[in-house]
Amino acid sequence: MGRIGYVFLYLCLAAVAVFQVFPIFWLILFSLKDNYEIFAGNPFALPEAVKWENYLSVFQGGIGTYFWNSIWTTIVSTMLTVLIASMATFVITRMRWKLSKLVLSLFLIGLMIPMHSALIPLFKMFMEAGLIDNPISIIITYTAYNLPITMMILLGFYSTIPREIEEAAIVDGSSIHRLFFRIILPISAPVLSTTVIINMIYNWNEFVFVNTFISSDKYKTLTVGMQNFIGQYMTDWGAIGATLVISFLPILIAFLFFSDRIVEGITSSAVKG
Amino acid sequence: MMSNKWIITLYLLPAFLLIAVLIFIPLILSGYYGLMNWDGIGIMQFIGFENYIQALQDMKFWSSALHSFLLAAFSTLSLIVYLAVALILASKIKGTNLLRKIYLIPMLLSSVAIAQLWIKVYNPTNGMLNSILMAIGIENPPEWLADPSIVLFAIFIPIIWQYAGFYILIYYAALKNIPDTVIEAAKIDGATPLQIALKIKLPLIMNVFKVTIVLAVVGSLKYFDLIYVMTGGGPNGASEVMASYMYKLAFSSNDFGYGSAIGFLLLIITLIVTVIIRKVTATKEEIEY
Repeated sequence: MGRIGYVFLYLCLAAVAVFQVFPIFWLILFSLKDNYEIFAGNPFALPEAVKWENYLSVFQGGIGTYFWNSIWTTIVSTMLTVLIASMATFVITRMRWKLSKLVLSLFLIGLMIPMHSALIPLFKMFMEAGLIDNPISIIITYTAYNLPITMMILLGFYSTIPREIEEAAIVDGSSIHRLFFRIILPISAPVLSTTVIINMIYNWNEFVFVNTFISSDKYKTLTVGMQNFIGQYMTDWGAIGATLVISFLPILIAFLFFSDRIVEGITSSAVKG
Repeated sequence: MMSNKWIITLYLLPAFLLIAVLIFIPLILSGYYGLMNWDGIGIMQFIGFENYIQALQDMKFWSSALHSFLLAAFSTLSLIVYLAVALILASKIKGTNLLRKIYLIPMLLSSVAIAQLWIKVYNPTNGMLNSILMAIGIENPPEWLADPSIVLFAIFIPIIWQYAGFYILIYYAALKNIPDTVIEAAKIDGATPLQIALKIKLPLIMNVFKVTIVLAVVGSLKYFDLIYVMTGGGPNGASEVMASYMYKLAFSSNDFGYGSAIGFLLLIITLIVTVIIRKVTATKEEIEY
Protein backbone atom coordinates (compact mmCIF):
# COMPACT_ATOMS: atom_id res chain seq x y z
CA MET A 1 0.00 0.00 0.00
CA GLY A 2 1.30 3.44 -0.90
CA ARG A 3 1.92 6.34 1.40
CA ILE A 4 -1.21 8.09 0.15
CA GLY A 5 -3.26 5.02 0.95
CA TYR A 6 -2.01 5.05 4.53
CA VAL A 7 -2.73 8.75 4.94
CA PHE A 8 -6.26 8.17 3.69
CA LEU A 9 -6.85 5.29 6.09
CA TYR A 10 -5.53 7.36 8.99
CA LEU A 11 -7.85 10.17 8.04
CA CYS A 12 -10.80 7.76 8.13
CA LEU A 13 -9.85 6.55 11.60
CA ALA A 14 -9.27 10.11 12.81
CA ALA A 15 -12.66 11.22 11.47
CA VAL A 16 -14.36 8.46 13.48
CA ALA A 17 -12.42 9.52 16.57
CA VAL A 18 -13.49 13.15 16.14
CA PHE A 19 -17.13 12.09 15.72
CA GLN A 20 -16.91 10.04 18.93
CA VAL A 21 -15.25 12.68 21.08
CA PHE A 22 -16.38 16.03 19.73
CA PRO A 23 -19.90 16.14 21.26
CA ILE A 24 -18.40 15.40 24.68
CA PHE A 25 -15.77 18.08 24.20
CA TRP A 26 -18.50 20.57 23.22
CA LEU A 27 -20.52 19.54 26.29
CA ILE A 28 -17.59 20.14 28.64
CA LEU A 29 -17.06 23.56 27.00
CA PHE A 30 -20.62 24.74 27.54
CA SER A 31 -20.73 23.35 31.06
CA LEU A 32 -18.11 25.99 31.85
CA LYS A 33 -19.84 28.94 30.18
CA ASP A 34 -22.77 31.18 31.07
CA ASN A 35 -25.85 31.52 28.89
CA TYR A 36 -24.70 34.79 27.36
CA GLU A 37 -21.52 33.21 26.09
CA ILE A 38 -23.29 30.03 24.96
CA PHE A 39 -25.92 31.83 22.94
CA ALA A 40 -23.94 34.78 21.60
CA GLY A 41 -20.38 33.50 21.36
CA ASN A 42 -18.62 30.98 19.15
CA PRO A 43 -19.89 27.58 20.32
CA PHE A 44 -16.46 25.98 19.90
CA ALA A 45 -14.40 28.66 21.63
CA LEU A 46 -12.85 28.06 25.03
CA PRO A 47 -14.77 29.81 27.83
CA GLU A 48 -13.63 33.42 28.38
CA ALA A 49 -13.80 33.02 32.14
CA VAL A 50 -14.32 29.48 33.43
CA LYS A 51 -17.68 29.33 35.20
CA TRP A 52 -17.18 26.80 37.98
CA GLU A 53 -20.33 28.35 39.44
CA ASN A 54 -22.36 26.05 37.20
CA TYR A 55 -20.99 23.04 39.05
CA LEU A 56 -21.38 24.73 42.39
CA SER A 57 -25.03 25.53 41.73
CA VAL A 58 -25.72 21.94 40.69
CA PHE A 59 -24.28 20.67 43.97
CA GLN A 60 -26.18 23.30 45.95
CA GLY A 61 -29.32 22.19 44.10
CA GLY A 62 -28.90 18.81 45.80
CA ILE A 63 -27.41 16.49 43.22
CA GLY A 64 -25.31 14.99 46.03
CA THR A 65 -28.17 12.74 47.18
CA TYR A 66 -28.61 11.20 43.73
CA PHE A 67 -24.86 10.83 43.41
CA TRP A 68 -24.61 9.01 46.71
CA ASN A 69 -27.57 6.75 45.85
CA SER A 70 -25.92 5.84 42.56
CA ILE A 71 -22.68 5.01 44.37
CA TRP A 72 -24.10 2.75 47.04
CA THR A 73 -26.68 0.93 44.90
CA THR A 74 -24.00 0.35 42.27
CA ILE A 75 -21.55 -1.07 44.81
CA VAL A 76 -24.05 -3.28 46.63
CA SER A 77 -25.60 -4.71 43.45
CA THR A 78 -22.21 -5.30 41.88
CA MET A 79 -20.90 -7.18 44.92
CA LEU A 80 -24.02 -9.35 45.06
CA THR A 81 -23.99 -10.09 41.34
CA VAL A 82 -20.33 -11.04 41.20
CA LEU A 83 -20.51 -13.28 44.28
CA ILE A 84 -23.74 -15.04 43.26
CA ALA A 85 -22.60 -15.44 39.65
CA SER A 86 -19.25 -16.87 40.80
CA MET A 87 -20.96 -19.45 43.01
CA ALA A 88 -23.27 -20.54 40.20
CA THR A 89 -20.52 -20.63 37.59
CA PHE A 90 -18.36 -22.65 39.98
CA VAL A 91 -20.86 -25.48 40.39
CA ILE A 92 -21.85 -25.40 36.72
CA THR A 93 -18.32 -25.67 35.35
CA ARG A 94 -16.45 -27.48 38.11
CA MET A 95 -18.90 -30.05 39.43
CA ARG A 96 -20.62 -32.98 37.79
CA TRP A 97 -24.40 -33.20 37.75
CA LYS A 98 -27.07 -34.09 35.25
CA LEU A 99 -28.82 -30.82 34.52
CA SER A 100 -25.78 -28.52 34.44
CA LYS A 101 -25.98 -27.85 30.67
CA LEU A 102 -29.69 -27.12 30.85
CA VAL A 103 -29.37 -24.79 33.82
CA LEU A 104 -26.52 -22.96 32.13
CA SER A 105 -28.51 -22.34 28.96
CA LEU A 106 -31.45 -21.19 31.09
CA PHE A 107 -29.18 -18.59 32.69
CA LEU A 108 -27.74 -17.47 29.38
CA ILE A 109 -31.15 -17.07 27.69
CA GLY A 110 -31.42 -14.08 30.00
CA LEU A 111 -28.97 -12.26 27.69
CA MET A 112 -31.43 -12.16 24.81
CA ILE A 113 -34.58 -11.19 26.66
CA PRO A 114 -36.12 -7.70 26.41
CA MET A 115 -36.44 -6.78 30.06
CA HIS A 116 -39.20 -4.29 29.27
CA SER A 117 -41.52 -7.26 28.81
CA ALA A 118 -41.07 -8.10 32.49
CA LEU A 119 -41.51 -4.55 33.73
CA ILE A 120 -45.25 -4.49 34.47
CA PRO A 121 -45.30 -7.84 36.33
CA LEU A 122 -42.20 -6.76 38.29
CA PHE A 123 -43.96 -3.53 39.19
CA LYS A 124 -46.99 -5.44 40.48
CA MET A 125 -44.78 -7.91 42.34
CA PHE A 126 -42.89 -5.14 44.15
CA MET A 127 -46.13 -3.30 44.84
CA GLU A 128 -47.56 -6.34 46.60
CA ALA A 129 -44.33 -6.95 48.49
CA GLY A 130 -44.25 -3.32 49.64
CA LEU A 131 -40.96 -2.76 47.83
CA ILE A 132 -42.07 0.06 45.54
CA ASP A 133 -40.07 3.16 46.40
CA ASN A 134 -37.61 1.01 48.30
CA PRO A 135 -34.00 0.66 47.09
CA ILE A 136 -34.16 -3.11 47.70
CA SER A 137 -36.31 -3.40 44.56
CA ILE A 138 -33.66 -1.93 42.29
CA ILE A 139 -30.79 -3.75 43.98
CA ILE A 140 -32.29 -7.21 43.53
CA THR A 141 -33.42 -6.40 39.97
CA TYR A 142 -29.95 -5.15 39.01
CA THR A 143 -28.44 -8.28 40.53
CA ALA A 144 -30.78 -10.63 38.67
CA TYR A 145 -30.54 -8.92 35.30
CA ASN A 146 -26.74 -8.71 35.36
CA LEU A 147 -26.22 -12.35 36.34
CA PRO A 148 -26.35 -13.71 32.74
CA ILE A 149 -23.69 -11.34 31.35
CA THR A 150 -21.50 -11.79 34.44
CA MET A 151 -21.68 -15.57 34.20
CA MET A 152 -20.90 -15.36 30.51
CA ILE A 153 -17.66 -13.48 31.25
CA LEU A 154 -16.75 -15.83 34.13
CA LEU A 155 -17.41 -19.02 32.13
CA GLY A 156 -14.38 -18.63 29.90
CA PHE A 157 -12.04 -18.33 32.85
CA TYR A 158 -13.59 -21.04 35.01
CA SER A 159 -13.35 -23.64 32.26
CA THR A 160 -9.58 -23.06 32.03
CA ILE A 161 -8.80 -23.70 35.73
CA PRO A 162 -6.73 -26.91 35.86
CA ARG A 163 -8.37 -29.86 37.62
CA GLU A 164 -5.13 -30.49 39.55
CA ILE A 165 -5.75 -27.43 41.70
CA GLU A 166 -9.05 -28.82 42.93
CA GLU A 167 -7.77 -32.34 43.31
CA ALA A 168 -4.82 -31.16 45.38
CA ALA A 169 -7.14 -29.15 47.61
CA ILE A 170 -9.50 -32.10 48.12
CA VAL A 171 -6.62 -34.46 48.85
CA ASP A 172 -5.41 -31.98 51.45
CA GLY A 173 -8.81 -32.38 53.06
CA SER A 174 -10.18 -28.95 52.39
CA SER A 175 -13.94 -28.59 52.12
CA ILE A 176 -15.64 -27.42 48.94
CA HIS A 177 -16.50 -24.09 50.60
CA ARG A 178 -12.87 -23.59 51.49
CA LEU A 179 -11.85 -24.57 47.97
CA PHE A 180 -14.25 -22.01 46.51
CA PHE A 181 -13.58 -19.10 48.85
CA ARG A 182 -9.88 -19.62 49.53
CA ILE A 183 -8.62 -20.96 46.20
CA ILE A 184 -11.00 -20.48 43.27
CA LEU A 185 -12.11 -16.92 44.09
CA PRO A 186 -8.58 -15.62 44.69
CA ILE A 187 -7.16 -17.12 41.47
CA SER A 188 -10.05 -15.68 39.49
CA ALA A 189 -9.21 -12.14 40.65
CA PRO A 190 -8.38 -10.80 37.17
CA VAL A 191 -11.65 -11.93 35.59
CA LEU A 192 -13.53 -10.86 38.72
CA SER A 193 -12.21 -7.34 38.35
CA THR A 194 -13.42 -7.35 34.75
CA THR A 195 -16.92 -8.38 35.83
CA VAL A 196 -16.89 -5.80 38.64
CA ILE A 197 -16.09 -2.92 36.33
CA ILE A 198 -18.62 -4.03 33.68
CA ASN A 199 -21.34 -4.40 36.34
CA MET A 200 -20.50 -1.00 37.77
CA ILE A 201 -20.94 0.68 34.41
CA TYR A 202 -24.26 -1.06 33.79
CA ASN A 203 -25.64 -0.30 37.24
CA TRP A 204 -24.43 3.29 37.26
CA ASN A 205 -26.17 3.94 33.94
CA GLU A 206 -29.41 2.03 34.55
CA PHE A 207 -32.57 4.05 34.05
CA VAL A 208 -35.84 2.12 33.48
CA PHE A 209 -35.96 0.21 36.76
CA VAL A 210 -35.27 3.27 38.90
CA ASN A 211 -37.68 5.35 36.88
CA THR A 212 -40.41 2.74 37.40
CA PHE A 213 -39.84 1.49 40.95
CA ILE A 214 -38.58 4.58 42.76
CA SER A 215 -40.66 7.70 43.26
CA SER A 216 -39.16 9.69 46.12
CA ASP A 217 -36.18 11.94 45.61
CA LYS A 218 -34.29 10.51 48.55
CA TYR A 219 -33.85 7.16 46.76
CA LYS A 220 -33.44 8.27 43.14
CA THR A 221 -30.15 7.61 41.41
CA LEU A 222 -28.38 10.00 39.07
CA THR A 223 -29.91 8.84 35.79
CA VAL A 224 -33.43 9.61 37.02
CA GLY A 225 -32.58 12.46 39.39
CA MET A 226 -30.73 14.17 36.58
CA GLN A 227 -34.01 14.38 34.66
CA ASN A 228 -35.57 16.48 37.47
CA PHE A 229 -32.56 18.72 37.48
CA ILE A 230 -32.59 19.31 33.78
CA GLY A 231 -36.32 19.90 33.85
CA GLN A 232 -35.95 22.55 36.52
CA TYR A 233 -33.01 24.35 34.85
CA MET A 234 -34.83 24.51 31.50
CA THR A 235 -32.79 27.13 29.71
CA ASP A 236 -29.71 27.28 31.92
CA TRP A 237 -27.40 25.36 29.59
CA GLY A 238 -24.35 25.77 31.81
CA ALA A 239 -26.06 24.03 34.73
CA ILE A 240 -27.44 21.28 32.48
CA GLY A 241 -23.98 20.70 31.03
CA ALA A 242 -22.48 20.56 34.51
CA THR A 243 -25.13 18.02 35.59
CA LEU A 244 -24.31 15.77 32.65
CA VAL A 245 -20.56 16.02 33.21
CA ILE A 246 -20.98 15.16 36.90
CA SER A 247 -23.11 12.16 35.95
CA PHE A 248 -20.43 10.49 33.87
CA LEU A 249 -17.24 11.76 35.47
CA PRO A 250 -16.83 8.73 37.78
CA ILE A 251 -17.13 6.34 34.83
CA LEU A 252 -14.66 8.35 32.75
CA ILE A 253 -12.16 8.37 35.62
CA ALA A 254 -12.62 4.61 36.06
CA PHE A 255 -12.02 4.23 32.34
CA LEU A 256 -8.69 6.06 32.58
CA PHE A 257 -7.48 3.49 35.11
CA PHE A 258 -9.22 0.31 33.99
CA SER A 259 -9.61 0.72 30.24
CA ASP A 260 -7.91 -2.63 29.53
CA ARG A 261 -10.30 -4.45 31.86
CA ILE A 262 -13.30 -2.72 30.28
CA VAL A 263 -12.12 -3.61 26.79
CA GLU A 264 -11.59 -7.21 27.89
CA GLY A 265 -15.01 -7.41 29.54
CA ILE A 266 -16.80 -6.04 26.50
CA THR A 267 -15.05 -8.35 24.06
CA SER A 268 -15.36 -11.49 26.15
CA SER A 269 -19.04 -10.83 26.77
CA ALA A 270 -19.80 -10.64 23.07
CA VAL A 271 -17.31 -12.60 21.00
CA LYS A 272 -18.12 -15.97 22.49
CA GLY A 273 -21.76 -15.49 21.49
CA MET B 1 -14.97 -34.09 39.06
CA MET B 2 -16.70 -33.35 42.30
CA SER B 3 -20.34 -34.06 42.88
CA ASN B 4 -22.34 -33.20 45.96
CA LYS B 5 -26.03 -32.47 45.72
CA TRP B 6 -26.21 -30.24 48.80
CA ILE B 7 -23.35 -28.05 47.71
CA ILE B 8 -24.67 -27.79 44.17
CA THR B 9 -28.10 -26.74 45.41
CA LEU B 10 -26.68 -24.30 47.91
CA TYR B 11 -24.39 -22.56 45.41
CA LEU B 12 -26.93 -22.48 42.63
CA LEU B 13 -29.95 -21.43 44.65
CA PRO B 14 -29.38 -17.66 44.91
CA ALA B 15 -28.76 -17.25 41.18
CA PHE B 16 -31.59 -19.59 40.29
CA LEU B 17 -34.11 -17.87 42.56
CA LEU B 18 -33.20 -14.39 41.33
CA ILE B 19 -33.44 -15.34 37.68
CA ALA B 20 -36.61 -17.38 38.10
CA VAL B 21 -38.48 -14.87 40.27
CA LEU B 22 -37.32 -11.63 38.66
CA ILE B 23 -36.87 -12.64 35.02
CA PHE B 24 -38.74 -15.76 33.94
CA ILE B 25 -41.87 -15.62 36.09
CA PRO B 26 -42.53 -11.94 35.22
CA LEU B 27 -42.11 -12.71 31.52
CA ILE B 28 -44.76 -15.42 31.75
CA LEU B 29 -47.00 -13.23 33.91
CA SER B 30 -46.79 -10.51 31.28
CA GLY B 31 -48.54 -12.84 28.83
CA TYR B 32 -51.13 -13.65 31.49
CA TYR B 33 -51.81 -10.02 32.48
CA GLY B 34 -52.30 -9.35 28.79
CA LEU B 35 -55.54 -11.31 29.13
CA MET B 36 -56.86 -8.86 31.69
CA ASN B 37 -58.59 -5.54 31.80
CA TRP B 38 -56.57 -3.87 34.54
CA ASP B 39 -55.77 -0.31 35.54
CA GLY B 40 -52.79 -1.26 37.71
CA ILE B 41 -54.53 -0.61 41.04
CA GLY B 42 -58.01 -2.15 40.91
CA ILE B 43 -59.14 -5.71 40.37
CA MET B 44 -58.12 -7.59 37.25
CA GLN B 45 -60.93 -8.61 35.00
CA PHE B 46 -60.40 -11.52 32.61
CA ILE B 47 -61.26 -10.56 29.03
CA GLY B 48 -59.65 -13.35 27.02
CA PHE B 49 -57.62 -12.37 23.98
CA GLU B 50 -59.27 -8.98 23.58
CA ASN B 51 -56.06 -7.03 24.26
CA TYR B 52 -54.08 -9.12 21.79
CA ILE B 53 -56.75 -8.71 19.12
CA GLN B 54 -56.86 -4.99 19.83
CA ALA B 55 -53.06 -4.83 19.42
CA LEU B 56 -53.22 -6.46 16.01
CA GLN B 57 -55.69 -3.79 14.89
CA ASP B 58 -53.90 -0.92 16.62
CA MET B 59 -52.17 1.32 14.10
CA LYS B 60 -50.08 2.88 16.87
CA PHE B 61 -48.71 -0.53 17.77
CA TRP B 62 -47.88 -1.35 14.17
CA SER B 63 -46.19 1.98 13.56
CA SER B 64 -44.12 1.56 16.75
CA ALA B 65 -43.19 -1.96 15.58
CA LEU B 66 -42.26 -0.54 12.18
CA HIS B 67 -40.01 2.06 13.83
CA SER B 68 -38.34 -0.66 15.91
CA PHE B 69 -37.70 -2.72 12.78
CA LEU B 70 -36.41 0.33 10.89
CA LEU B 71 -33.94 0.94 13.70
CA ALA B 72 -32.96 -2.74 13.53
CA ALA B 73 -32.38 -2.45 9.77
CA PHE B 74 -30.30 0.74 10.15
CA SER B 75 -28.28 -0.87 12.94
CA THR B 76 -27.58 -3.95 10.86
CA LEU B 77 -26.49 -1.89 7.86
CA SER B 78 -24.19 0.23 9.98
CA LEU B 79 -22.39 -2.94 11.09
CA ILE B 80 -20.72 -2.93 7.66
CA VAL B 81 -19.23 0.49 8.39
CA TYR B 82 -18.00 -0.65 11.80
CA LEU B 83 -16.46 -3.71 10.17
CA ALA B 84 -14.66 -1.53 7.62
CA VAL B 85 -13.25 0.65 10.40
CA ALA B 86 -12.14 -2.46 12.30
CA LEU B 87 -10.42 -3.83 9.19
CA ILE B 88 -8.45 -0.59 8.87
CA LEU B 89 -7.64 -0.62 12.59
CA ALA B 90 -6.38 -4.19 12.44
CA SER B 91 -4.15 -3.63 9.41
CA LYS B 92 -0.92 -2.94 11.30
CA ILE B 93 -1.53 0.75 11.75
CA LYS B 94 0.12 2.56 14.65
CA GLY B 95 -1.89 4.09 17.51
CA THR B 96 -4.75 1.61 17.27
CA ASN B 97 -4.76 0.92 20.98
CA LEU B 98 -5.54 4.54 21.80
CA LEU B 99 -8.06 4.89 18.95
CA ARG B 100 -10.01 1.83 20.04
CA LYS B 101 -10.34 3.27 23.52
CA ILE B 102 -11.37 6.68 22.22
CA TYR B 103 -14.07 5.03 20.11
CA LEU B 104 -15.41 3.32 23.20
CA ILE B 105 -15.92 6.44 25.32
CA PRO B 106 -19.56 7.19 24.34
CA MET B 107 -20.54 3.66 25.28
CA LEU B 108 -19.59 4.39 28.89
CA LEU B 109 -22.20 7.12 29.21
CA SER B 110 -25.76 6.37 30.28
CA SER B 111 -28.42 6.47 27.58
CA VAL B 112 -30.03 9.26 29.60
CA ALA B 113 -26.89 11.41 29.48
CA ILE B 114 -26.49 10.64 25.77
CA ALA B 115 -30.10 11.61 25.12
CA GLN B 116 -29.73 14.87 27.05
CA LEU B 117 -26.46 15.68 25.30
CA TRP B 118 -27.93 15.07 21.84
CA ILE B 119 -31.04 17.10 22.66
CA LYS B 120 -28.54 19.94 23.01
CA VAL B 121 -26.61 18.94 19.88
CA TYR B 122 -29.88 19.07 17.91
CA ASN B 123 -31.12 22.31 19.49
CA PRO B 124 -32.50 24.30 16.52
CA THR B 125 -30.80 27.61 17.31
CA ASN B 126 -27.86 26.98 19.63
CA GLY B 127 -27.09 23.31 19.11
CA MET B 128 -23.75 22.02 17.90
CA LEU B 129 -25.12 20.65 14.64
CA ASN B 130 -27.09 23.68 13.49
CA SER B 131 -24.28 26.03 14.60
CA ILE B 132 -21.98 24.18 12.21
CA LEU B 133 -24.59 24.11 9.44
CA MET B 134 -25.29 27.82 9.78
CA ALA B 135 -21.57 28.59 9.86
CA ILE B 136 -21.12 26.89 6.49
CA GLY B 137 -23.98 28.88 5.00
CA ILE B 138 -27.08 26.73 5.37
CA GLU B 139 -29.70 29.25 6.35
CA ASN B 140 -32.65 27.25 7.64
CA PRO B 141 -31.33 24.00 9.07
CA PRO B 142 -34.05 21.53 10.13
CA GLU B 143 -35.50 21.21 13.60
CA TRP B 144 -34.21 17.68 13.91
CA LEU B 145 -36.33 16.37 16.76
CA ALA B 146 -39.52 18.28 15.92
CA ASP B 147 -39.85 17.15 12.31
CA PRO B 148 -41.76 13.83 12.06
CA SER B 149 -40.12 12.94 8.75
CA ILE B 150 -36.55 13.04 10.07
CA VAL B 151 -36.85 12.41 13.80
CA LEU B 152 -36.14 8.68 13.50
CA PHE B 153 -32.91 9.33 11.58
CA ALA B 154 -31.99 12.02 14.08
CA ILE B 155 -32.38 9.47 16.87
CA PHE B 156 -30.39 6.90 15.00
CA ILE B 157 -27.24 9.08 14.93
CA PRO B 158 -26.73 9.03 18.74
CA ILE B 159 -27.45 5.29 18.65
CA ILE B 160 -24.56 4.87 16.19
CA TRP B 161 -22.49 7.18 18.34
CA GLN B 162 -23.20 5.06 21.42
CA TYR B 163 -22.54 1.62 19.93
CA ALA B 164 -19.92 2.16 17.19
CA GLY B 165 -17.02 1.63 19.61
CA PHE B 166 -18.57 -1.57 20.93
CA TYR B 167 -18.89 -3.24 17.53
CA ILE B 168 -15.55 -1.95 16.25
CA LEU B 169 -13.94 -3.41 19.35
CA ILE B 170 -15.59 -6.80 18.85
CA TYR B 171 -14.57 -7.00 15.19
CA TYR B 172 -11.07 -5.83 16.01
CA ALA B 173 -10.70 -8.56 18.65
CA ALA B 174 -11.93 -11.19 16.20
CA LEU B 175 -9.56 -9.96 13.48
CA LYS B 176 -6.63 -10.04 15.90
CA ASN B 177 -7.48 -13.68 16.61
CA ILE B 178 -6.58 -14.62 13.05
CA PRO B 179 -3.06 -16.06 13.18
CA ASP B 180 -0.35 -14.05 11.41
CA THR B 181 0.75 -17.17 9.54
CA VAL B 182 -2.51 -17.23 7.58
CA ILE B 183 -2.03 -13.62 6.48
CA GLU B 184 1.68 -14.13 5.73
CA ALA B 185 0.90 -17.13 3.54
CA ALA B 186 -1.58 -15.05 1.54
CA LYS B 187 0.99 -12.28 1.14
CA ILE B 188 3.58 -14.70 -0.16
CA ASP B 189 1.00 -15.88 -2.69
CA GLY B 190 0.80 -12.27 -3.87
CA ALA B 191 -2.56 -11.21 -2.40
CA THR B 192 -3.14 -7.44 -2.13
CA PRO B 193 -4.22 -5.93 1.20
CA LEU B 194 -7.75 -5.51 -0.13
CA GLN B 195 -7.88 -9.13 -1.25
CA ILE B 196 -6.60 -10.25 2.13
CA ALA B 197 -9.29 -8.21 3.86
CA LEU B 198 -12.19 -9.37 1.72
CA LYS B 199 -11.23 -12.92 0.81
CA ILE B 200 -9.41 -14.11 3.92
CA LYS B 201 -10.17 -11.96 6.96
CA LEU B 202 -13.89 -11.48 6.33
CA PRO B 203 -14.78 -15.17 5.90
CA LEU B 204 -12.72 -16.02 8.99
CA ILE B 205 -14.70 -13.66 11.23
CA MET B 206 -18.10 -14.43 9.70
CA ASN B 207 -19.22 -16.22 12.88
CA VAL B 208 -18.57 -13.14 14.97
CA PHE B 209 -20.35 -11.00 12.38
CA LYS B 210 -23.42 -13.21 12.68
CA VAL B 211 -23.42 -12.86 16.45
CA THR B 212 -23.30 -9.08 16.10
CA ILE B 213 -26.27 -9.13 13.71
CA VAL B 214 -28.32 -10.81 16.43
CA LEU B 215 -27.02 -8.32 19.01
CA ALA B 216 -27.82 -5.32 16.79
CA VAL B 217 -31.31 -6.49 15.85
CA VAL B 218 -32.35 -7.64 19.33
CA GLY B 219 -30.79 -4.51 20.83
CA SER B 220 -32.78 -2.33 18.42
CA LEU B 221 -36.06 -4.08 19.10
CA LYS B 222 -35.73 -3.25 22.79
CA TYR B 223 -34.45 0.34 22.52
CA PHE B 224 -36.10 2.46 25.13
CA ASP B 225 -34.10 4.82 27.37
CA LEU B 226 -32.66 7.03 24.67
CA ILE B 227 -35.93 7.52 22.80
CA TYR B 228 -37.99 7.92 25.97
CA VAL B 229 -35.75 10.77 27.13
CA MET B 230 -35.03 12.40 23.77
CA THR B 231 -38.50 12.59 22.24
CA GLY B 232 -40.87 10.58 24.42
CA GLY B 233 -41.90 8.88 21.17
CA GLY B 234 -42.92 12.17 19.58
CA PRO B 235 -43.60 14.32 17.70
CA ASN B 236 -47.01 12.74 17.32
CA GLY B 237 -45.74 9.15 17.59
CA ALA B 238 -43.15 9.58 14.84
CA SER B 239 -40.40 8.04 16.96
CA GLU B 240 -42.50 5.68 19.09
CA VAL B 241 -41.00 2.19 19.43
CA MET B 242 -42.51 -0.96 20.94
CA ALA B 243 -40.96 -0.58 24.40
CA SER B 244 -41.85 3.11 24.69
CA TYR B 245 -45.41 2.42 23.56
CA MET B 246 -45.76 -0.30 26.18
CA TYR B 247 -44.35 1.96 28.87
CA LYS B 248 -46.71 4.78 27.99
CA LEU B 249 -49.78 2.55 27.96
CA ALA B 250 -49.01 1.20 31.41
CA PHE B 251 -47.38 4.00 33.32
CA SER B 252 -48.98 7.07 31.70
CA SER B 253 -52.41 5.82 30.60
CA ASN B 254 -52.78 3.24 33.41
CA ASP B 255 -53.80 0.62 30.87
CA PHE B 256 -51.72 -2.13 32.46
CA GLY B 257 -53.61 -4.98 30.82
CA TYR B 258 -53.10 -3.71 27.30
CA GLY B 259 -49.53 -2.64 28.16
CA SER B 260 -48.77 -6.18 29.33
CA ALA B 261 -50.11 -7.57 26.07
CA ILE B 262 -47.82 -5.25 24.09
CA GLY B 263 -44.90 -6.18 26.37
CA PHE B 264 -45.56 -9.86 25.77
CA LEU B 265 -45.80 -9.31 22.01
CA LEU B 266 -42.43 -7.53 22.22
CA LEU B 267 -40.99 -10.64 23.87
CA ILE B 268 -42.51 -13.00 21.29
CA ILE B 269 -41.37 -10.84 18.36
CA THR B 270 -37.84 -10.64 19.76
CA LEU B 271 -37.64 -14.41 20.24
CA ILE B 272 -39.03 -15.16 16.77
CA VAL B 273 -36.63 -12.71 15.12
CA THR B 274 -33.69 -14.19 17.04
CA VAL B 275 -34.57 -17.70 15.92
CA ILE B 276 -35.04 -16.59 12.30
CA ILE B 277 -31.69 -14.78 12.18
CA ARG B 278 -29.92 -17.77 13.74
CA LYS B 279 -31.53 -20.11 11.20
CA VAL B 280 -30.78 -17.87 8.22
CA THR B 281 -27.15 -17.33 9.20
CA ALA B 282 -26.49 -20.84 10.49
CA THR B 283 -23.37 -22.61 9.29
CA LYS B 284 -22.09 -26.02 10.18
CA GLU B 285 -18.34 -25.69 9.90
CA GLU B 286 -16.32 -24.58 12.88
CA ILE B 287 -13.21 -22.58 12.15
CA GLU B 288 -10.05 -23.84 13.75
CA TYR B 289 -6.60 -22.55 13.19
